[in-house]
Amino acid sequence: MSKPLIELRNLTKRYNNTTAVDGINLTIKENEFVTLLGPSGCGKTTTLRMIGGFEDPDEGEILFEGKLLNNVPAYKRNVNTVFQRYALFTHMNVYENVAFGLRVKKIPNSEIDRRVKKMLKMVDLEGFENRNVDSLSGGQQQRVAIARALVNEPKVLLLDEPLGALDLKLRKEMQIELLDMQRSLGITFIYVTHDQEEALTMSDTVVVMNKGVIQQVGTPEDIYNEPINRFVAGFIGESNIIEGVMLEDYKVSFDGMVFDCVDKGFAPNEPVDIVIRPEDIRIVVNPEEGMIKGRVTSVVFKGVHYEMIIESDTREYLVQRTKMFPEGSIVGMNVQPADIQVMKRGSTPCNEEEG
Amino acid sequence: MVKAIKRVYMGLVFLFLYAPIIVLIVFSFNKSKSRGQWGGFTFDWYIDLFKDRQIREALYFTILIAVISTVISTIVGTIAALGINNMSRLGRTIVLNINNLPVLNPDIVTGVALMTLFISLRIELGFITMLISHIVFSIPYVILAVLPKIRQMNKHTAEAALDLGATPAYAMRKVIIPEIMPGIISGALIAFTLSIDDFVISFFTAGTSVTNLSILIYSMAKRGVKPTINALSTLMFVVVLVLMLIINKKNDKGEDIII
Repeated sequence: MSKPLIELRNLTKRYNNTTAVDGINLTIKENEFVTLLGPSGCGKTTTLRMIGGFEDPDEGEILFEGKLLNNVPAYKRNVNTVFQRYALFTHMNVYENVAFGLRVKKIPNSEIDRRVKKMLKMVDLEGFENRNVDSLSGGQQQRVAIARALVNEPKVLLLDEPLGALDLKLRKEMQIELLDMQRSLGITFIYVTHDQEEALTMSDTVVVMNKGVIQQVGTPEDIYNEPINRFVAGFIGESNIIEGVMLEDYKVSFDGMVFDCVDKGFAPNEPVDIVIRPEDIRIVVNPEEGMIKGRVTSVVFKGVHYEMIIESDTREYLVQRTKMFPEGSIVGMNVQPADIQVMKRGSTPCNEEEG
Repeated sequence: MVKAIKRVYMGLVFLFLYAPIIVLIVFSFNKSKSRGQWGGFTFDWYIDLFKDRQIREALYFTILIAVISTVISTIVGTIAALGINNMSRLGRTIVLNINNLPVLNPDIVTGVALMTLFISLRIELGFITMLISHIVFSIPYVILAVLPKIRQMNKHTAEAALDLGATPAYAMRKVIIPEIMPGIISGALIAFTLSIDDFVISFFTAGTSVTNLSILIYSMAKRGVKPTINALSTLMFVVVLVLMLIINKKNDKGEDIII
């Protein structure tokens, strides 16, 4: 396990009377790809800006390689940032944009030239040296912004929704390229996004935030398969969230039925939230063979699968299957014990349902 | 047919607008001293102009004041615009409205007000008071020219420079100022044009010791219009025209300025 590079301790930021970041604790390791994920206003960008040195924390500490970073001005921090909408210098050409950080450090011209050319080659912009940045496409500007940051060989690269302005296809391509760069350069990436798919695709660690509070930290698999609360389950992927009661270890009850599950450690008869992913619900043609009986009320073709809404006596289930069951048909639904994820209610300070 | 009418109409409007200036320019080349008849082409009045010590002195003051007031008002206005941009929305609205007031205020009110202020402070009217007045009335225009350019800039541009290791001073010098330079140049050109152009405020704040071109033309005209006035006015018109063309040319390149 590589060693901790950045530590956030009880980090808090307030604006007037709203708390943007509320006492978060987080450890980021060397070479880790960490994504701060959450809806807008959840404090992810504010957290990133505090690490970059553009916002002063009201409370708490930022440690970089064990040293306190709070009072170090932005221009002395060994981190670089790829800003939202790039913030390129429009009065400079591509070459000078990339060279800026090196010129500041008074590095000899021959060295600057070598490193800028190498970086432009890496981001696939060879031959664009003398182009005006305004004449580039969004994707190309994005590459310049990445090159401008990476040419300084920072220990940490901060990325603030870097792909937000690109179209879907380009975004997918850039995701792969960014991952490749991160792996080959061995730099820690701290990536801010509201796009859960992007977070799952790219990260080693996903930090789900809401209302200034960290909800869950984990690998993409953990976050998806074992969401800790309603908010995380609802924000990451699609899900059926059901209120139930944990009768005893491995037994959960909802909608008047008792199901086997793989969770334990709850108090007897503790109220819980249950999440079942739509792709984990199996459909059987004979309703009697299913644990839950229901009627298909809507069918939508999504390409990879059909998305169906199946109405039981008590609720609607969202189900994704590659096989289509026609609207109006009565079917049975089965769920494996491992696919029933039981979550504590009120397990984090801020887990009201999103409005 | 409709098109022809449109053209004639537009021609008439322009004729109406420019006829006085065309007459002025034509008569500045008139050999006859009479304003009523054409006595042949001559450059004599322009030559007279530069022989006249009084006119040369007025020209000197006009340019000196224009240059100094442009430099100072551009610097002050740019710094003010940068500050205004960082204010809260409410603060910015208030300051911009205060800023716009002198722009809309009639020159004569500004002129009289400044004169009253100087007299009440017992500052003797002269070169310095006129210079201060020119700086004062130019600053709001500079702010109005620079601010849109700042607002157009990505709000993270300054942070990007700091992020790349630039000290705040270096970022200002190498990034912010160059990024908003088109706005600063527009502001400076507007300030220069306004200074050359101004009569009313100069008239009230110059006192008796200093005379600029517009005051000189006014006092000469009171004693009867000499053809040299035509020549002088023509020259001023040409200078302002050239400045306006430069400003508008910048506009064509898609750089926003207000005038």
